[in-house]
Amino acid sequence: METRNIVIVGVGGQGSLLACNLMGKALMLEGYDAKVSEVHGMSQRGGAVVTYVRCGKKVYSPIVDKGQAELLVSFELLEAARWFELLAPGGTVVTNTQQINPVPVIMGLAEYPENLTDKFEALGAKVDAIDALTLAEEAGSSKTVNIVMMGRLSKYFPFSKDTWDKALEAVVPPKFLEMNKKAFELGMNA
Amino acid sequence: MKSLLLGNAAVARGVYEAGACVASSYPGTPSTEITANIATYDEIYTEWAPNEKVGMEVAWGACLAGKRSFTGMKHVGLNVAADVLFTISYTGVNAGLVCAVADEPGMHSSQNEQDSRYYAKSAKVPMLEPADSSECLEFTKYAYELSEKYDTPVLLRLCTRICHSQSVVELSDRVEPPAKEYVKNPQKYVMMPTFARPRHPIVELRILDLKELSEDTFLNRVEMGETDLGIIASGTAYQYVKEVFGDKVSVLKLGMINPLPEKLILDFATKVKRLVVVEELDPFIEDHCKKLGLKVSGKDMFSIIGELSPNIVAEKFGMPYNDGKNIEDDIPARPPVMCAGCSHRGLFYTLGKIKATVIGDIGCYTLGAAPPLNAMDVCICMGGSVSGLHGFVRGGGKNVVGVIGDSTFAHMGVPGLIDIGYNGSDSTLIILDNSTTGMTGHQENPTTGVNIKGEKVGKMDIETMCRACGIERITVVDPNKLAECEKVIKEEMAAPGPSVIIARRPCALLKTTKSSPPLKVDEEKCTGCKMCMKIGCPAISFKNKKAGINKTLCVGCDVCTQLCKFDALVK
Ligand SMILES: Cc1ncc(C[n+]2csc(CCOP(=O)(O)OP(=O)(O)O)c2C)c(N)n1
Repeated sequence: METRNIVIVGVGGQGSLLACNLMGKALMLEGYDAKVSEVHGMSQRGGAVVTYVRCGKKVYSPIVDKGQAELLVSFELLEAARWFELLAPGGTVVTNTQQINPVPVIMGLAEYPENLTDKFEALGAKVDAIDALTLAEEAGSSKTVNIVMMGRLSKYFPFSKDTWDKALEAVVPPKFLEMNKKAFELGMNA
Repeated sequence: MKSLLLGNAAVARGVYEAGACVASSYPGTPSTEITANIATYDEIYTEWAPNEKVGMEVAWGACLAGKRSFTGMKHVGLNVAADVLFTISYTGVNAGLVCAVADEPGMHSSQNEQDSRYYAKSAKVPMLEPADSSECLEFTKYAYELSEKYDTPVLLRLCTRICHSQSVVELSDRVEPPAKEYVKNPQKYVMMPTFARPRHPIVELRILDLKELSEDTFLNRVEMGETDLGIIASGTAYQYVKEVFGDKVSVLKLGMINPLPEKLILDFATKVKRLVVVEELDPFIEDHCKKLGLKVSGKDMFSIIGELSPNIVAEKFGMPYNDGKNIEDDIPARPPVMCAGCSHRGLFYTLGKIKATVIGDIGCYTLGAAPPLNAMDVCICMGGSVSGLHGFVRGGGKNVVGVIGDSTFAHMGVPGLIDIGYNGSDSTLIILDNSTTGMTGHQENPTTGVNIKGEKVGKMDIETMCRACGIERITVVDPNKLAECEKVIKEEMAAPGPSVIIARRPCALLKTTKSSPPLKVDEEKCTGCKMCMKIGCPAISFKNKKAGINKTLCVGCDVCTQLCKFDALVK
C-alpha cells in the first residue's frame, strides 16, 4: 500500500480541526496507519491554516512536503493557491469556490487573484471545484462548509458509506449530526 | 485497544496509565492540550497554575508527598521554571515527577526558537524525546520508572510536529502504584549550602549511572541498513530521515537525549563509512559526537534555524524529490488578526491615535502591533511589559504605557507591579481583562475564578491585587467606549505616580459573551472616507468606494460606529 498524502487547507475558524478528526477516524476504522496533523495557536485567529493527512501501511513524516500531495483540499479558493506547491505532479485540487478576503485585500493593499482554477489547470493539476458555501447553507448552516468538503474528499477514498457515517457520529456532537450528515452527502454528490 | 491520538493526548494518556495523581501546568502552544487532556481523567487532580514555576513546584510538592505528578509547558515556560528544575535535580523526588517541555522550531506561535535540550544537560537530569504518539505514551510511562529508580525529575522533550500530530497508539489500563510515604529528610530536601554540597556529587554520580543506562536502553536503537551512510537522529528529524531513506541507510535513533550514550555512538560510527547527525535547531547531538572525537557532519549540511522537512533532508543528501510548482500570482498574505468584536481592538486604536509608546506583552493583544493598528512597540516575554515600562520610564521614556493581558498579569505581571508600587514611577499600566487566556485557546486563569474543570473557585481580584502592590490610582474602563477610554488614558498618563487602568470587556468568542445584531452600511451616508478601516476589523471591507459589512462576522461591537463621522454604520 503506497502512502497517500492529503493536505487540507483553509482559513482559521473554518473547522479544519473537526475535518482532520473526521478523516483520522475514518482511516482508523479502515485499519490504516495514519498521521494527521492539527493546527493550534496563532493561526486560529483567521490566519491561513494547513493540516496534513498521511495514511498507508507505515507512515513516518507527520507533514506533507512540497510536491507531495496527491490531493489538496481547500475550504477557500485563495488558500488552494497559497498551498498549491504542496501538490504532487498530476495531483487534484479539491476546492471550495468561496472567496474569503484576507485583511490586505480588505484594506485595499492587495488584489485577490483571478481565475485561480484555470491557473491550477494550466500548471497540470486536476481541479474539482464546488460551491461548498451554498451547499452548506442548504444543509442548514454555513458552518458546515468543512463537512461538505470532506464529503467531496470521500469520493477519493474507497471507504463505505458506513465508515463515514460512523466517523461522523464519532466526531460531531449528536445535536448537529443530522445536519452534518446532510452536508457530507451534498458535498459527495455535488 | 488502538486509538489515533494527538501527541499531546498520548502524553496525557501516559501520565494517566502511569498512575499519576497530580498535574499542574500553565498553558503554552504547543504543549497546552497535554494538561487539557489530563483534566479529562477524573483520577488525576489537574489544575492550571498561574505560571510554569508554580506548576513545577506543585508537581514537586505532590511527588514529595508520595504521588506521581506531572507538569507541562512550552519551551519558554521552562525558562520560568528553571529555578525550580536546577535545584529539584539536587533534591530528587519521592514518587516520580515528569515534566514535558515542548519546543517550537519554526516559531509557529512563539517568541523565540530556543533549544530546551541544553536545560537537561545543565540541570543534569534525564531527557527523553519521543518521535510519534505511540512513543509519547510509552516514553511518558517509562519516564516515571526512571524518575523513581534514579531519584530525579525527568524531562520529556516534544516539539510542535509531535505535539500536534495524531498517530496510532495502543492503550492500556491505568496502574496506580501505592503512594510512597513521605519521610522527613532535611539533608535531601532542604537545599541550604551544608546540605546541598553533599547532594551535588550525588547528582554527578546519577548522571554517570544514567549514561550507563543510555548505552543499552530500548529508548535508543540501531536500525542497520547499508553501511555507506549512518545517520543519528531523534524526534521528527528521525521521521524525516526514514521518510526519505526508508530502511536503506543505517540509523541510530536516539530516544534518550540526556545523557547521550558514548559507546553506542562510537560503535555505530565504526560500522558506517560516513556519519551524519540530523537534528533540528542547535548541534546538540553533533557536538557530543565531536567531543567523542568522531568525524561527523551536521550543521555544515543543515540549518541551525527553523524546522526540517522531508524535502530538506532529501536535498541535503542529494536524493530525488519533487519541489512542487508555484502559482505565479502574488498570493496576498492571510495574517492572524484580532477577531471581529475583539475587546482589544478599540484600546489599540486609541493608543495609536494618541501616539503612545506601548510596552507590550504576550497574548492575543500582541496583534495590536500589526497594521493597521501598529500600536505596540515592544514585546519580549510574559510580564516583561510591567517591569519594562517601569525601566523605560526610569530611563527617561515619555508618553508611554504598558499593556498586559489578565492571564499574563497573573503569570508574571504582578512582581513588576510590586516594583512599580514599591519603587514608584510615573508608570501607567493597562491591564486588558478579557476574562480568559485567549491566545492559547480560552483556558481559565486565576482572574476568572473558574478552574480547569469549569468549577467556580477562588478568584484573584485584579483591583485588589493592584492596590496590594501599592497602586492607588486604579480606573476601570470599557475599551469599546473610545472617547471615555482615551480621556482616562490621557489623564492617567499625565498624572504623577503610578496608575493602573483595567480595560475590562470579555473576549467576543466566549460562549457567555452576548453579541449584538450585525451592523449595516447606509450607502447614502457612506462617503468612502475609510475611517472605519483604521481598526483592522475583518468584518469591514471596502468595495466600490463604500464600506461593506460581513454580516456573518460582525458581532455589533459598535467600535466602528464611533469612528464614522457620517453615521453611515447603522443597526
Ligand atoms: C513563559 C510563557 N508561558 C506561556 C506562553 C504562552 N502564552 C502566550 S500568551 C499567553 C496567554 C495570554 O493570555 P492573556 O494575557 O489573558 O491575553 P489574551 O490572549 O487573552 O488577550 C500564553 C499562555 C508564553 N509565551 N510564555
